[in-house]
Amino acid sequence: MSVAQPVACNEPTPIRQRGQHEVFCGLTSIIWLHRKVQDAFFLVVGSRTCAHLLQSAAGVMIFSEPRFATAIMEERDLAGMADMHDELDNVVARLLERRPDIRMLVLVGSCPSEVIKLDLSRAASRLNAVHAPRHRVIAYSGSGIETTFTQGEDNFLAALIADKASPRSAGEAAKLVVLGCLADVVEDQFSRLFAELGLSGVTFLPGRDAIKGLVVGPETRFILAQPYLGAAAAALEARGARRIDSIFPLGAEGTSAWLRAICMTFGVDMARLDAVVAQPRRRAAEAMAHYRPWLEGRRVFFFPDSQMEPSLARFLSREMGSELLEVGSPYLHREHVAGELALLPPGVTLSEGQDVDEQIDRCRTANPDLIVCGLGLANPFEAEGRVSKWSIEFSFTPIQGFEQAGDLAELFARPLMRNAILTGGADRREAVR
Amino acid sequence: MKLSMWTYEGPPHVGAMRIAASMQGVHYVLHAPQGDTYADLLFTMIERRQSRPPVTYTTFQARDLAGSTADIFKKACRDAVARFTPEALLVGASCTAELLQDDPGGLARTLDVPVPVVPLELPSYQKKENWGAAETFYRLVRAFVGRNPRPDNIPANSCNILGPTSLGFRCRDDVTEIVKLLTEEGLDVRVVAPMGATPADLARIPEAAFNIVLYPEIADVTARWLKTAHGMPFISTIPIGVQATQNFVDEVRAIAGLPTREGRTRDRLTWYSRSIDSNYLTNKRVFIFGDATHAIAAARIASEELGFRVCGLGTYMREFARDVRDAAAKYGVEAVISDDHLEVEAAIVAARPELVLGTQMERHIAKRLRVPCAVISAPTHVQDFPARYSPQMGFEGANVIFDSWVHPLMMGLEEHLLQMFRDDFEFNDSASASHLHPQAPAVKTVEAAPAPVVAAAPTGVIATWTLEAERELQKVPFFVRGKARRNTELFAQGKGIHPITVETLYDAKAHFAR
Repeated sequence: MSVAQPVACNEPTPIRQRGQHEVFCGLTSIIWLHRKVQDAFFLVVGSRTCAHLLQSAAGVMIFSEPRFATAIMEERDLAGMADMHDELDNVVARLLERRPDIRMLVLVGSCPSEVIKLDLSRAASRLNAVHAPRHRVIAYSGSGIETTFTQGEDNFLAALIADKASPRSAGEAAKLVVLGCLADVVEDQFSRLFAELGLSGVTFLPGRDAIKGLVVGPETRFILAQPYLGAAAAALEARGARRIDSIFPLGAEGTSAWLRAICMTFGVDMARLDAVVAQPRRRAAEAMAHYRPWLEGRRVFFFPDSQMEPSLARFLSREMGSELLEVGSPYLHREHVAGELALLPPGVTLSEGQDVDEQIDRCRTANPDLIVCGLGLANPFEAEGRVSKWSIEFSFTPIQGFEQAGDLAELFARPLMRNAILTGGADRREAVR
Repeated sequence: MKLSMWTYEGPPHVGAMRIAASMQGVHYVLHAPQGDTYADLLFTMIERRQSRPPVTYTTFQARDLAGSTADIFKKACRDAVARFTPEALLVGASCTAELLQDDPGGLARTLDVPVPVVPLELPSYQKKENWGAAETFYRLVRAFVGRNPRPDNIPANSCNILGPTSLGFRCRDDVTEIVKLLTEEGLDVRVVAPMGATPADLARIPEAAFNIVLYPEIADVTARWLKTAHGMPFISTIPIGVQATQNFVDEVRAIAGLPTREGRTRDRLTWYSRSIDSNYLTNKRVFIFGDATHAIAAARIASEELGFRVCGLGTYMREFARDVRDAAAKYGVEAVISDDHLEVEAAIVAARPELVLGTQMERHIAKRLRVPCAVISAPTHVQDFPARYSPQMGFEGANVIFDSWVHPLMMGLEEHLLQMFRDDFEFNDSASASHLHPQAPAVKTVEAAPAPVVAAAPTGVIATWTLEAERELQKVPFFVRGKARRNTELFAQGKGIHPITVETLYDAKAHFAR
């Protein structure tokens, strides 16, 4: 397979609608961030709803003592009887006493704290004066009035860059920053590939360690591992780093293009790149081939969720041979996803934002073979006899890179396989593989 | 501000959603930002409903705050009425919209929508989920029942069932069981609400002779209002457990003017609990925590029907604190009234139970402490909506309770055998259980691991053990060794003994003998 070149096609005009959004808010990204950044603790400053959201969305119950919590605002806080900042200081003191292992405390703004204009950045600098250097405190907003699902990670990374890349950092500037949360296993795979390619000075952001310094200079290049990082990319650019443009590392094609863009930037010989990726690419092709019969020609409808939809759709269309009916995304960053949009087949319907009832109507009319949607919609669609894939798994499962290309295909194929098993309508050997 | 890692209750608008989702023909327009739609998945994922809950969210964004969020709300109301054609529209605000002070009730009145609108005032920063559900049910009933006089000649055996809701603990099966029981007793069940009811059904509530409150958390306020406004009596004995079910039947028959009958128990709990195999249940220490209804009922069953000893009782619902305190007093324990799970954990550690009956949170606490546990109360989890029929109420409910509480304990004969054959090479801590894969690693320790979080627990100076005492302790069967260690340390601490010797070990054993 050759490395993809963007194919010219008219960029479609997306449907833009404003109505009920069936999308999680940015607070929810805490759920994977706290697994990734193991020395950080996320404290949402919000309402009982925020606390309930986190535990419902996260199934917090599986970690009885998770590394996130909510400082629930109460009537007396709003009525001005209590100074909110004093209250927050007390909550933070109690938390740090209980969890002295926290190295970075992250204050996360929510809808109510944004609406009442509680200044968490100010709170963070005040708390730093008390608790640094033992505990570092930063702040960002994950509120639903400003962010959807994955954008919480964007704001967190922007805040982390502002903090970590501050003048107190010393040392040599990173050559390459890989921006965007990747599962540890994926990070390790990419690290090995970079080593084989002779690339050094690579920093993953976020890494497992929130406290480790980050040095960014004009010679730093960064590449996005996730498509939803507008603010974090701007924060790095503001420090002189320059972005390497590429499609995203999903599927063999995306991963090849992504590594190729890096190699071109750093002058790595293309023959060396081909040699290094030959084996992984072969494995990816082999793994994906298992699922292609399940996905080829299948008509797929994407509801907006993580902003990864254009990349996922590109993967399905070009590597699995699926047909795309509608590709919904909560937001399209024109510049960052330009390469992905260029690779989508002509005539595909794009939608940005959401009016969920209208979109459900369009989906029913289109009558797709597979619906990719959020948790609130999946079971009702199944009850209508439709086949659905809950999109949250694309955020929680390692899907980037060559070694995960088969897993990514499997995520889409599994609902179709399951449907075949349960309806007895397909080759069982295929179905149960 | 309150630090919370885990909450027992959601915000009050989630309570309102539970009422809307329980009923037919009601639609709720919730003024709320994006993200609050997460609540949909409580219904579609946890309860595995086949349809979306009947809720429309306005999903306002930061940029709308400069303009008019009120217009967004009005448009959402009009669109929802046009699309879903409900019989009644509930309108309200979530915590963020409450701060905007758009007044959904006032706005909805200006809309001239062709359906009755019931506005909700749910103070998010003061109240919680169950309060929100109770208030919403009350507002709906008031709106549709009104103050019209009740009809004459109401048959004395007619009744309504009030309180079962979506996302309630086993409500679905309880209703089936209780309706069946009442029908067999000659009662005529008219309206079940909110579960399954329409607004028109609510209007028919006063046409029955009396009400049955199955879940006071949801229906107590409404039943009291119906009594005041319409003189409808209500029954609030909760038919959980054999004796309570018998009392419930007696009360219902009395109020319906039916003659009392000799109790015909149709349960297995009574005999199972008497059977020799249940001997090992005697005075097992049980810690109970949950909503008020289920916790109080659990304590009574545990103590009177299963022969356990209640060593702790509590609830997260302050609204019912008095009832739970009264119940706790009967068992000689002090009630834990708290919605802070860390406090509950500390209380469990201090009570040293052999069985925990609680919510999903207590299940996790018990798991960490390596104490068996059964779940008896909401907040619910996908596990609490089993495919099989498993009510908690009525005689069948008592059978279900027997199984689900007793199974997590080591089974009767099994425990006797372990005691009798404790020197047998198979019954030791390094022998793997027979149901495990041969390659499975043997359980290394069955002792209660020290709780990872002890900051909130009362900690004293733990006396050290002499080598000899430590060796003697190893002779105690592994499945009770943890308890022996804790008891001995507690005993030593109380008497100021240091270090613990073999003598202390046996002194403590004698002291705690039962």
